[in-house]
Amino acid sequence: MSRRAAGIFTRPEVAAAVGAVLIWVLLAGAAGPAFRSMAGTASYLNAAAPLGILAVGVALLMIGGEFDLSVGSIVGVSGMSVMLLTTEPAWSVWPAIAATVVICLLIGFLNGLTVVRTQLPSFIVTLATLFILRGLTIAAARGFTRRTQLGGLDDVAGYEFARVVFGSAPVAGLRVSIAWWLGCAAVATWVLLRTPWGNWILAVGGQPEAARNVGVRVARVKVGLFMTSALCACLVGIIQAVRFTGADALRGQLQEFYAIIAVVIGGTLLTGGYGTVIGAVFGALIFGMVRQGIVMAGIDADWFQVFLGGMLLLAVFVNRYVLVRAQRAS
Amino acid sequence: MNGAALPRLEARDVSMRFGGVVALEDVSLAARAGEVTCLLGDNGAGKSTLIKILVGVHAPTRGACLLDGEPVRFRSPMEALSRGIATVYQDLAMVPLMSVWRNFFLGAEPTSGRGPLRRIDVERCREETRAELAAMGIELRDPDQVVGSLSGGERQAVAIARALHFGARVLILDEPTAALGVRQSERVLQHVRTAADRGVAVIFVTHTPHHAHPVGDHFVVLRRGRVVADEPREALPVEELAALMAGE
Ligand SMILES: Nc1ncnc2c1ncn2[C@@H]1O[C@H](COP(=O)(O)OP(=O)(O)O)[C@@H](O)[C@H]1O
Ligand SMILES: [Mg+2]
Repeated sequence: MSRRAAGIFTRPEVAAAVGAVLIWVLLAGAAGPAFRSMAGTASYLNAAAPLGILAVGVALLMIGGEFDLSVGSIVGVSGMSVMLLTTEPAWSVWPAIAATVVICLLIGFLNGLTVVRTQLPSFIVTLATLFILRGLTIAAARGFTRRTQLGGLDDVAGYEFARVVFGSAPVAGLRVSIAWWLGCAAVATWVLLRTPWGNWILAVGGQPEAARNVGVRVARVKVGLFMTSALCACLVGIIQAVRFTGADALRGQLQEFYAIIAVVIGGTLLTGGYGTVIGAVFGALIFGMVRQGIVMAGIDADWFQVFLGGMLLLAVFVNRYVLVRAQRAS
Repeated sequence: MNGAALPRLEARDVSMRFGGVVALEDVSLAARAGEVTCLLGDNGAGKSTLIKILVGVHAPTRGACLLDGEPVRFRSPMEALSRGIATVYQDLAMVPLMSVWRNFFLGAEPTSGRGPLRRIDVERCREETRAELAAMGIELRDPDQVVGSLSGGERQAVAIARALHFGARVLILDEPTAALGVRQSERVLQHVRTAADRGVAVIFVTHTPHHAHPVGDHFVVLRRGRVVADEPREALPVEELAALMAGE
């Protein structure tokens, strides 16, 4: 029992959980009842959910030792793909969603394949994809419709059910996207901690040569991770297209950085091999609380980015400390 | 031990050239079950090259490898591993930030449940890791502790225990004591002996005669890619082994 208790402080996500509680207390004090109310709670959870979904995929990928800077652009691709497929070939909503998922998985596959084949840093490869995909999304939207913002998804067959699944707010202002977020996080946590794939992800990020030496298919694991992060981004794009009944070619910009920040705040190492999905959940939660909370506290929203950068730096220092302790002993 | 028995893994008249560099010239080595075959030589003598040929990293320019007397040509260390030839690499054996049990079962995780609910049998992993290490005389405080918190000697022990657990018939250790202090080296030498006593054919690579001599049954000394001695322990006192190494 005491061994477990001592081990707790070397868990990567614990600092993020403690940080989330502290920030809640701070904001509950500064912003008052507006923050503590059900409506306030719903507003920061709703804000955290899309980022939280992205962070699940990015966390797994970063634990596997890679970056994906293209997830924000994939959010844009995903929403625009749903809109274009329901307007140009005039498909109904569900086939458009299915095709969009396939497109995004293909993008993730190509990201991964490029990284494992060229051995280039994924930072560079996906930085390139960030721009390529964003440019293609804008060009495709303009090319087909002469606009970069499309609406009217609610007039398409199948929308009502899609709204229930992706865009509704069934209880007390809490959006269904929160359930997607927590569901994705639960599945990813289970995969990471309880399945052979999780073991391979940790190994591939920690010491790829050692993993290869015992027969782990490093390239396959990495490609799978890029497909997973693309799938998470795809889901966010679909959720937003359904909720806003349309798409904007610029949707998702900067989200790749926010996702990395949430993951790092959650205790995952930038160098890979160490981290958790639960930590990233807390990272996204902190992001949502701060973003909504400082507005409720009457602080100018411009300060949000200052807070975000500051928390990132702090998190990196805490992570380094936790790592040293974990290596010293359990 | 049983010198007349068929060698389990053998390199026969192997030569290796890298461009103009002759790394090995007509080298033979035979590893027998239950024996520690020591491969000695100074830096650059060709020890690692020979090992890499045995496990399929390189194809030899000339010569052949035999497993249980049958010619084999592995295309990768993975193929060699699947035939029971396990290699423990000096620094690349373990993932430091992963727990001991995760490392132990990496790539061969025992699972329970089926389909999408197939999951690692964590309790079994913990128990078996603890038991296998205890069998090598290492009391693990906690199978969940990260490998990075183990000493260098303990890490080698985990790697050796893992190879034995997964039924290695041949165990190749490339300079497992090179980065270790005296006491840690002694522990690792014990583990090397343990592996052979369990019937494994061990190939122990080192450039330290004083590490090789206490545990070795047979010594092959390389110098600049050629075999300069291939002797059983009885025929080669440690002074002579050291002198051979020094090139006298
Ligand atoms: N991949 C390679 N390409 C070219 N030369 C090599 C390669 N691997 C080893 N050599 C050369 O072969 C010789 C033997 O090296 P090696 O087997 O690593 O020696 P040891 O392990 O005994 O120190 C050295 O001269 C080394 O430079
Ligand atoms: Mg060597």
